[in-house]
Amino acid sequence: MAIFRRMNGFFGMMILALLFFFIMQYIITAGIVGSFYTNMIITMGINIIIAVSLHLILGITGQFSIGQAGFLAVGAFVSAIMTMKLELPFLLSIIIGGVIAAAVGMLIGIPSLRLKGDYLAIATLGFGEIVRIIFLNMDYVGGASGMMVTHKTTWGWLFLWMMITILVVRNFTNSTHGRACISIREDETASDAMGINTTYYKVAAFVIGAFFTGIAGALYSHNFYFIQPANFNFLKSFDILIFVVLGGLGSLSGTVIAAVLLTFVTTFLSDYPETRMLLYSLVLIVMMIYRPQGLLGTREISSLFSRKTKGGPKDGNQQTIA
Amino acid sequence: MEFIQQLVNGLSLGSIYALIALGYTMVYGIVKLINFAHGDVFMVGSFVGFYAITFLELSFLPALLLSMTACAVLGVLIERIAYKPLRNATRIAALITAIGVSLFIEYGMIYIRGAQIEAYPNDVVPSANIDIFGVTVKSQSILILGVAILLMVLLQIIVHRTKIGKAMRAVSFDADAAKLMGISVNNTISVTFAIGSALAGAAGVIFGVYYTRIEPLMGILPGLKAFVAAVLGGIGIIPGAMVGGLLLGMIEALVSAAGFSLWRDAAAFVVLILILLFMPQGLFGKNKKEKV
Repeated sequence: MAIFRRMNGFFGMMILALLFFFIMQYIITAGIVGSFYTNMIITMGINIIIAVSLHLILGITGQFSIGQAGFLAVGAFVSAIMTMKLELPFLLSIIIGGVIAAAVGMLIGIPSLRLKGDYLAIATLGFGEIVRIIFLNMDYVGGASGMMVTHKTTWGWLFLWMMITILVVRNFTNSTHGRACISIREDETASDAMGINTTYYKVAAFVIGAFFTGIAGALYSHNFYFIQPANFNFLKSFDILIFVVLGGLGSLSGTVIAAVLLTFVTTFLSDYPETRMLLYSLVLIVMMIYRPQGLLGTREISSLFSRKTKGGPKDGNQQTIA
Repeated sequence: MEFIQQLVNGLSLGSIYALIALGYTMVYGIVKLINFAHGDVFMVGSFVGFYAITFLELSFLPALLLSMTACAVLGVLIERIAYKPLRNATRIAALITAIGVSLFIEYGMIYIRGAQIEAYPNDVVPSANIDIFGVTVKSQSILILGVAILLMVLLQIIVHRTKIGKAMRAVSFDADAAKLMGISVNNTISVTFAIGSALAGAAGVIFGVYYTRIEPLMGILPGLKAFVAAVLGGIGIIPGAMVGGLLLGMIEALVSAAGFSLWRDAAAFVVLILILLFMPQGLFGKNKKEKV
């Protein structure tokens, strides 16, 4: 019975999520909000997927990757080639985009995850730039001028992938593997000494993160009618980084909230890009000085509502990563 | 002869990288922080030099000195405001702050003066083509190389012959022990930032004189490549940064000469990844054992 009760919460949440989906679907199809807001909602969803995948790499496993725009580019261009050049169905091209991004992630991850901290950050940044330069020099995808992509991303597709991403990452975090990843974040040497195959788990988290970033890239390219390698420079990687840092390194709900909030701010400041970047940079600096753990730290939003239990281990309240 | 020509170009570019890389390596050596904003200090130096030459109508040397002073002040300000509160924070927090400072300087500059490109005037230094055994060398190349070597020699003298240099070496070796010996760690770190930033400012001015085109986001790529140069030579090691910078400049020139000029930017990052994988301590570094 205990398992049934535990599942109850899960199904309750799923029903709530479906309800949310149908309400939004109605709002979008009935034309209550204009195309401006519809586009903003889609962008929010894409940013949530990207942010949650970086949350898995940085927040849970503690591997500092600032080359996420590279995976985004791989997903975007591969899926665009699939639909535009090979005329495959949309679902299949999304998955191929994700799989190729994951394969690239593994190719990059196995050698570079031996590095730590700053060095890993710079290596991933370099990798992201290499990917961009490769697409820039590829005439098949239009080089610097980019390629046209038809609009295929709908709220339905987006919601499906958003749910899959959040569920996979959440369940992964709560599984044995997720615990192993968290132990690597807390202390890599110690978890190695406890018999955890640190390389395996780091690469696994990196590959899963790359896969979902690739999926987000596919959705991204089929939302804007046009993709260019310049869209995927390292400023994009920094944008993604800010979602995770602002929400709280290690907090899934915090990451989602930050992605929604920052997309909102970005959309309304899109006429003033300099102001937006100034604001972002100030947020980063002030945040790191006064609240380095981010908005929620490692806590989840649900823990704010749950009653505090007396005694017992206080897990999840200790901030260790930042 | 074409080949040697390219090597000379690479040497000029490499000396700019080397000057920026010195700042990276000094700061990393002393506070173990990748100062992402260093490339933007280089950009600010370039603009200060530009305004000094066009508005104040200074000649090359006074403009260079003015730019170096301005950058030194900027570097100390960055350190005092953004990095000092984080001296005992985690590496990730410090790195994110550094990214924040970098974005702040870039977009602050765009906010103040707009994103338009400026061009350095041509007549800052006399330009002539000098013929040496069939290799044509621009006089500017020689000037760049001369200024860069002079500054590097000066840096070596400061680090190895002066009291503050001794303090810098002591703090980078062991900050706590240095503090016990009565060295002011805070002042030493500030001086390190000042010297590193002044070198970046000088690099900014000679970059402007040599390539003429400057814009607010110009610091990003040279900054990253200078970091690659610092890693190539072994981060934290001053001669390593010089050699790494010159080597990287020549590698880029050779890649361009081989007809892959569009891939030039990728070459630096490939070098970085290769060096991190096979020789993470860099060319001049010693292998350190990890202590738990």
